[in-house]
Amino acid sequence: MNRVAAIAGSEFRIALRNRWVAIAVVMMALFALVLSAAGSAPTGQLGADKLSVTVASLTSLAVYLVPLMALLMAFDAVAGEVERGTLPLVLTYPVSRPEILAGKFAAHLATLAIAVGAGYAIAAAAAMWMDPRASEGFPALARLFWTSLLLGATFLGLAYAISAVARRPGAAAGLAIGLWLVFIVLYDLGLLAGVVADGGGAFTTAVFPWLILANPADAFRLYNLAASEATAAAAGIAGAANTIPPAQALASLLFWPAAAFLAAVAAFRKVTP
Amino acid sequence: MQTLTLSQVTKTFEGNAALSSVSLAVAPGERVALLGHNGAGKSTLMKIVLGLIPADRGEIHIVEARPGSHAARAATAYLPENVAFHPALTGVEQLRCYLRLRGEDPADAEGLLDRVGLGEAGRRRIGTYSKGMRQRVGLAQALIGRPRLLVLDEPTSGLDPVSRREFYALLDELAQTGAAILLSSHALTEVEARTDRIAILSRGHLVADDTLTNLRRVAALPIHLQVSARPDAADEVARRLAGERHNGTRVDLVCDHDQKLARLGQIAELGTLVEDVHVIPPSLEDIYAHFSGRVPS
Repeated sequence: MNRVAAIAGSEFRIALRNRWVAIAVVMMALFALVLSAAGSAPTGQLGADKLSVTVASLTSLAVYLVPLMALLMAFDAVAGEVERGTLPLVLTYPVSRPEILAGKFAAHLATLAIAVGAGYAIAAAAAMWMDPRASEGFPALARLFWTSLLLGATFLGLAYAISAVARRPGAAAGLAIGLWLVFIVLYDLGLLAGVVADGGGAFTTAVFPWLILANPADAFRLYNLAASEATAAAAGIAGAANTIPPAQALASLLFWPAAAFLAAVAAFRKVTP
Repeated sequence: MQTLTLSQVTKTFEGNAALSSVSLAVAPGERVALLGHNGAGKSTLMKIVLGLIPADRGEIHIVEARPGSHAARAATAYLPENVAFHPALTGVEQLRCYLRLRGEDPADAEGLLDRVGLGEAGRRRIGTYSKGMRQRVGLAQALIGRPRLLVLDEPTSGLDPVSRREFYALLDELAQTGAAILLSSHALTEVEARTDRIAILSRGHLVADDTLTNLRRVAALPIHLQVSARPDAADEVARRLAGERHNGTRVDLVCDHDQKLARLGQIAELGTLVEDVHVIPPSLEDIYAHFSGRVPS
C-alpha cells in the first residue's frame, strides 16, 4: 500500500506541475458556469428545482468532458515512461506492475475528483443563489459526482491500456482521441441509426437495451437521468432507453472501471522495457 | 555462497543468439567488470539478471531467488545506461519516491544526495540537470537500502574524471560492506584499477572471466621494452640487442613474458651505452582485443 501511495504521490505532484490539475479545474468550472448561466432562464411549468435542472445539463456535459479529461491525463502513463526511458528502472524496484498502475490511477482519479468537484460545486452555488428550493437537488448532484468518477475511472483504465499497447505517446494520443470519438460520439449515432432503420422491431426491443448498457457513457447518462426528475429536460438516446432499469445501468458503471483496469494491467504486463 | 550466479544462460532474439551458454558468478564484496563491444550482449545479460526479460535457457540465482521475483528485486539495485527521470520532479522528490518503494525512510533522500555530491541541487527540478547530475541521482537511488547486488550499466558515462574517482570510492565502500557489483564499461583503463575480475563478452559468448593478472598470463601477449641509448650509441645498441632502432636514441625490443628478465640482463650488460629502459606490459586494450577476437564458432 505504501508503494502505491509512493507512486500516487509522485504522479499527483507531476499532475500539479504539468498544470493538469489547474487545466482540469478551470475547464470544469468554466463549463459549469456557462451551463448555470444558460439555465438561468425561466424554466416555465417544469416544476423541478433549479439544481435538478442543472444536474440534467451537467450530465450531458460530463458525458463528453469527463472521459476526454481522463484520456488526456492518462494516455501517456505507460508510453511516456517508455519514451523517457524511466520504465526499466522502476520495474527493477520491488513494486509490481498492478501497483504502479494503481498508483497512477489514484493520482489521476484524485485530479479528476478535484476538477469535477469544483465544477459541480460552482454549479450548485449558482443554482442555490437563484432558487432557494435548489437544495432538493443535492442527492442528484451527489449521485452525478460519484458516477462521474466511475465514468472517469473507466476511461483512465482504458487510457492506460491503449498507452501500454501503443508504447509511443504519439500513437497513444491518436488512439485516445479515436476511443473517445467511438465511445462518446459514433456509438450513439450508430445506435440511433439502428433504431430508426429498425422501426420498432427486434433490434429496438431486444438488442438495443444491451448495447446501451454496454457503453459506460450511455450507462452513466441513463442512470443519472433515469434517477432524476428532469429526464424530460434532456431528451435523446436516454429517452428511448427508459425501459432499462437504473440498477442495470449502475451495474454497468461499476463493471467498467474494474474491467478497464484489468485490461490495462494485462496490456502493461506485455510491455518489455 | 555467491550473490549472483548464472549458469548456461542462453537468449535468442528472432533467431539471433544474444547470449550463448553464459555462466558467471559474482561473490559478496566482489567487483566484476563486464566488457564487450556494442551488441556483445552486456545489456541483455543485465536485463536478464534484473528480471526485465526472461532467459530462454539456463539458471539464474540472485541470493537464492529467481530474477524478477520480489526477493531478488528487493536485494538488487540497478543503474541503467543514460538513466532518466521525470523532468517535473526535483531530485529530492524523486529519491523520496524510490525510498518509499523500497520501504525505507523518505527522509534519507537529502543524505543520499549529499553522498553523491548533489546536496543543494536536489531542490531543483531534474529537467534542469546536466547529464552528469542525472547520473548522480541514478547513483544515489542505487545506494538505497544497502543492496546485496548492484548492476551498473556504463555507470561513469557523463561523469568528469574527478566525479569518476568519487564514484569508484563509493563503489569500494559498498564492496567492503559485502555488496556484489557487476558493472559494464567502455573505459578500460578505469576498470583496470577498480575491479577484482574482468568478464569479456563477445557476440554473446563469455570469452574471458578472470583477474587481470591471470588474463595477462593466459593471453601471453608480448612485452615491449623501450631502451634509450646514449645519443651516439643507438646503432650499436640496436645491433647488440637485435632490436629495432626507432629514432635517434630509442631501440624497441619485443619479447615474451618469460624472456623478460633475460632481456633486461642483456640490456644491463651494455652498461653506459644505455641511459634508460621502459618495460611496457600489454595494455588492457591489447588483452581485451585478444580475448574478444576469440569467439568459438
